[in-house]
Amino acid sequence: MQKACKRETSSIGRDIIQQLIMNANIASTEQVPICQDTGFTVVFVELGQDVHIVGGDFCEAINEGVRKGYAEGYLRNSIVSHPILRKNTGDNTPAVIHTKIVPGDNLRLIVAPKGGGSENMSAVKMLKPSDGIEGIKKFVVEVVRAAGPNPCPPVIVGVGIGGTFEKAAQLSKEALLRNLGEKSKYQDIARLEEDLCKEINKLGIGPQGLGGRTTALAVHVEIFATHIASLPVAVNINCHAARHKEAIL
Amino acid sequence: MNRVRLTTPLTDAVVEQLRIGQQVFINGVIYTGRDAAHKRLINLIEQNKKLPFDPKGQVIYYVGPSPARPGRVIGAAGPTTSGRMDQYAPKLYALGIKATIGKGRRDSAVIEAIKQYKGIYLAVVGGAAALIARTIKEAEIIAFPDLGPEAIYRLIVEDLPAIVVNDLTGGDLYDQSINNFSIT
Repeated sequence: MQKACKRETSSIGRDIIQQLIMNANIASTEQVPICQDTGFTVVFVELGQDVHIVGGDFCEAINEGVRKGYAEGYLRNSIVSHPILRKNTGDNTPAVIHTKIVPGDNLRLIVAPKGGGSENMSAVKMLKPSDGIEGIKKFVVEVVRAAGPNPCPPVIVGVGIGGTFEKAAQLSKEALLRNLGEKSKYQDIARLEEDLCKEINKLGIGPQGLGGRTTALAVHVEIFATHIASLPVAVNINCHAARHKEAIL
Repeated sequence: MNRVRLTTPLTDAVVEQLRIGQQVFINGVIYTGRDAAHKRLINLIEQNKKLPFDPKGQVIYYVGPSPARPGRVIGAAGPTTSGRMDQYAPKLYALGIKATIGKGRRDSAVIEAIKQYKGIYLAVVGGAAALIARTIKEAEIIAFPDLGPEAIYRLIVEDLPAIVVNDLTGGDLYDQSINNFSIT
């Protein structure tokens, strides 16, 4: 944020970034959430294949953690039990849980509460293989342009390319777990991340959509093998409050 | 630019003076409301029933605050995306609501209602929720407590910083600012 503030050419943009830095400091000293939307609790589980969980109910244990965490932390309950009837569950459960079985004997939990405002501005598109890298860039930039001020820019843009429809969406969320600005391990993809970030920051949206050069703080791209017929691309937008924490049991 | 201090309830005369880009400080009583509360307000209007507060000259802040820690007035209280209230807002402006506060773009029907009924749309900094909470001096739930964070609160604010995004001449600050900075 400090770096973005130095680079920002819009004076209102700089002012907003300063307010966000001040906000983060107040949140930390006064133990208030950085944003009132304390999110849908998304939990990525990496379960070592040598771990055997005995008794109980694994998903319910995670939900109990959410219940306790949100009550004890004075976090907002933002989940409704039925998407049409829309009654608040009152304890922020259930969590969205993604489980992967991996080698080893650890249990790794990554918790990434996701705000609704930026989630709503996300999109998936099934491109044609012939659309290629230019098609991918066009789609990603268009999603961010259309989102405009809504997802609380400066944003972090997670992009998933490849796999199937749902795999691309999951990759785009996983891309957001990477530390800010950490590059892809693939050289061509790291270059794509850089290009996308440059293109997005030409849009002029700026902090809060009030104009400026800082629309995205970073673009993270994750890729996966895909079908000969397909080029799925998913864009998951995260506001500047990119919260994630992990624990290894 | 100097910030203008506004005290609620707002009058036509005050709103007429405000133009896009003007930074303001809001003082006095404002009411919270987001998706579920708006749905209920509109139901009440359609059934010709009384609203939980007199809308005349009032200000609605699109927010669902996080719970207050013991001894605190409120938790974090930043704006939610205003666009989700677009289908409800014109009816409320028609009933005398003078200002709505949130973040993000409004649709053409809301911009038209703002012109027609002499209103204003203000944005506060999305995600600056702890900073904004400091300007809230009192908070009391006045309607729909079963909605949890979506209940309607009556807030008393002191110098809540906001910026005019849509005014009664039809201006739109987002369009103007983004055009100024876009490189095509």
